[in-house]
Amino acid sequence: MKRWIGISWLTAVYAFLYIPLLTLMVYSFNQARFTTVWKGFTLKWYVKLMANQQLLDAFFNSLTVALVASVIATGIGTLGAFAVSHYRFAGRKIFFGLIYSVMMSPDIVMGISLLMLFVLLGMETGFLTLLLAHVTFCLPFVMVTVHARIRGFDSMVVDAARDLGAGEFQIFFRIILPMILPAVLAGWLLSFTLSLDDVIISFFVTGPAFEILPLKIYSMVRLGVKPEVNALCTILFLMTLAAVTAAHFLTKEREQ
Amino acid sequence: MNENKGFKNTAITVNMLWICLFVLVPNLIVVVISFLERDPAGFFRWEPTISHYIDLFDPVNARVFTHSLSYSFGTTLLTLAVGYPFGWFLSRVGRRRRPLLLMLVIVPFWTSSLIRTYALVILMKANGVINSLLLTLGLVKGPVSILYTDVAVYVGLVYSLLPFMILPLYAVLEKLDTRLLEAARDLGATRVQVFMKVVLPLSLPGVMAGSIMVFLPSLGLFYIPDLLGGAKSMLVGNFIKNQFLTSGNWPFGSAASVFLILVMVSMMAIYLLVMKRFNRSVMS
Repeated sequence: MKRWIGISWLTAVYAFLYIPLLTLMVYSFNQARFTTVWKGFTLKWYVKLMANQQLLDAFFNSLTVALVASVIATGIGTLGAFAVSHYRFAGRKIFFGLIYSVMMSPDIVMGISLLMLFVLLGMETGFLTLLLAHVTFCLPFVMVTVHARIRGFDSMVVDAARDLGAGEFQIFFRIILPMILPAVLAGWLLSFTLSLDDVIISFFVTGPAFEILPLKIYSMVRLGVKPEVNALCTILFLMTLAAVTAAHFLTKEREQ
Repeated sequence: MNENKGFKNTAITVNMLWICLFVLVPNLIVVVISFLERDPAGFFRWEPTISHYIDLFDPVNARVFTHSLSYSFGTTLLTLAVGYPFGWFLSRVGRRRRPLLLMLVIVPFWTSSLIRTYALVILMKANGVINSLLLTLGLVKGPVSILYTDVAVYVGLVYSLLPFMILPLYAVLEKLDTRLLEAARDLGATRVQVFMKVVLPLSLPGVMAGSIMVFLPSLGLFYIPDLLGGAKSMLVGNFIKNQFLTSGNWPFGSAASVFLILVMVSMMAIYLLVMKRFNRSVMS
């Protein structure tokens, strides 16, 4: 009896989580344009996407920002995680508090605050402002992922290396980095997804000259349901799925 | 030695500078501008005022805020009601099947909530999947309007934020020592007592973390009422967005953002306080 309740509860919640997404994906292959009736399998909406130059540009822009932002965030965040766990310095606690508050702070506050910063600095909103914003919201996620891994291993390894005459630079690149590499890659993949999917912050910090995919989808979706949008959303969902799965296996390795 | 110092200083400085410049400074800008007079020519002028905060309590604006807060409370309670039993049952599933089931929660956690909201539109629109199903089954005579109502906004918020409630809850429930439950049962506690006196107190950190991770974003997700709600459905996020993009009223939008910052800070403070007490009572 108890077992039965548990199984049905789990099933119901998974159905709730996945039925909308599966419906979306199924309809991206539907012949019919306006109705929800199944009229046969087609790939024409995907072909249509490939012919839409504006969408392709937005897709390319999104990929560029996500790639560059996630690499920069991973670089800075990994160094930060190392510094926080291995060095004592003034403001370390405040720094950690700020990192957590970035993760917690509502996206909209970050969006408007960065918008005002960029306008006051006289910067034109576009690629650069978008990039700076994306690095900022990815940074804490990298730092937390990497920090969890650094904390997990023996600090005597570092002490031994230092006794044997290794410099800080060498310690980081020859000892720490190889050990934390899976977590670094996982942090990078998660940043990439985060950047690729962001709507709210990007909404405020990009300009009309530099369109990105989530905002393009947002403006299309406001005009109603279209099979092309279904196809586009399906592609984006599958990209997220791939990145998250990869990140999962990279972080899982440590448990073995 | 110099090279060592150099590496250490670079690692710290780059991070500190980045966070200061792109987190601390922008948030200070928000606070400062919220106390300045509005100027249609250049967004604001250097004249101190608290009028924007007074305007937030104007009945029309206050209604947006109370409405949004009730959405957030409702969403938090609903996700908790669904997520708590879910986390519990998931933590009782056999060890071999659990990683896959957990992964199935993590995927929606990372999937764009805009895409997930759009998927709901397909289901809920007048000629959408739910209505077609109801009509075919003969349960309703004409299409029922679910989309563009308050109910749709609730569904959207719960759907988007449920994984954020489940994951922290699962994390604490999974670590729960089942021997404690057996001990309580052996000592004569009823099922309800075991839950109230053992399970619930021990899972409190997860309940709080989950509630914060649902409550805070639910105030700002402006595209959910945009896509699913009616003309009157508005979150604080929609309000702020309108101030910045439609009215160009930076100071007023900033004052509304300060409200969100205050909500965040107080929730984090409560969390830290409770955790402090929690750790003390568990350790002793």
